[in-house]
Amino acid sequence: MTAWTSIGAIAGLTVVSVVTRGFFIIPDREVPIPGWLREALRYAPLAALVAVIVPEIAMTDGHLVGTWKDARLYAATAGVLVFVTTRSLLGTILAGTAVLLALHLGLNW
Amino acid sequence: MSSSTPLWRHPEFATGARETRDVALGIGAWGLVAGVAMSKAGLGAALAIAMSLCVFAGSAQLAALPLMVQGAPLWVIWATAFCVNLRFIIFSAGWRPYLRSLPRAQRLFVAYFTVDFTYIAFMRRFPQPGDVRAQLAYLAGNIVVSWIAWQAMTILGVVLADVIPERWGLGFAGTLALLGITASLLVDRATWTAAAVAACAAFAAFALPFHLNIVVAIAAAMAVGVIIDHFAPPRPAAAASEDAA
Repeated sequence: MTAWTSIGAIAGLTVVSVVTRGFFIIPDREVPIPGWLREALRYAPLAALVAVIVPEIAMTDGHLVGTWKDARLYAATAGVLVFVTTRSLLGTILAGTAVLLALHLGLNW
Repeated sequence: MSSSTPLWRHPEFATGARETRDVALGIGAWGLVAGVAMSKAGLGAALAIAMSLCVFAGSAQLAALPLMVQGAPLWVIWATAFCVNLRFIIFSAGWRPYLRSLPRAQRLFVAYFTVDFTYIAFMRRFPQPGDVRAQLAYLAGNIVVSWIAWQAMTILGVVLADVIPERWGLGFAGTLALLGITASLLVDRATWTAAAVAACAAFAAFALPFHLNIVVAIAAAMAVGVIIDHFAPPRPAAAASEDAA
């Protein structure tokens, strides 16, 4: 891919970002959104987050992890424990990363 | 309405910035990993940085990159990013009642900067549309912090790609941030059930291309959520107790 094609690709990807994030707010006229859909939207970000993190934590190469010697499982558990007890996102990140690094570098998990 | 004072002087700007600061480490870690990945894909530092600054969508960038390096047709690259971004289309329906008083160009300008965390934090802060000025100030505070954290760390990742060992698994810090945000959204039986359904759907549909399993998970969770809302007795205190916890 030449530099100019790459620039064209990046320009198009920028348009994709704008169009997808602004999709339903592009028209000036009122967009009729049914009541049930408005209620259902409450669950959309939660579901998107879950769908992103499940494979990151519990899957390897498209399969559920088959071993207990996977540092991610313990890092995620530590993160959840810290969040439940402290409600601190920063603490969650730090505790989980500490556990991950310790198991990665210490036990080679 | 005092529209003469700049948005960053509004108290909600500081609130938005403060709430985003707590996840900035996760956003930054993910940006760092995205930067390393972009650099290693062979795009070259200048284009990788330009891509991050313009596209501002981590998962879409990482999906599009290998296609660009392979020299895939442009429409395939754009269609892939579009599919990875489908969840934003769903979120945009949620933005509509909040942004509709703005002119179209401003609506789109604001929407362009709204990433997943922006949507979640904003909807928690403003469950109902209200003072537009306060909402915009909060958005501005949120966006400034997340944009700077993401872009600065992405550029750092591009520059330091050969120095940062993959073994450190730094990308997991971003996953941990999402994990904490997810936990904060689990406030009642309906959200727990919806999350469990989303997890199963995302796993079952994992083989689909273009991260379409995310869309399947959203659809399944929304369906289950609506069913619970309509057939279970309402529990009004559950959603409001979140801030106090």
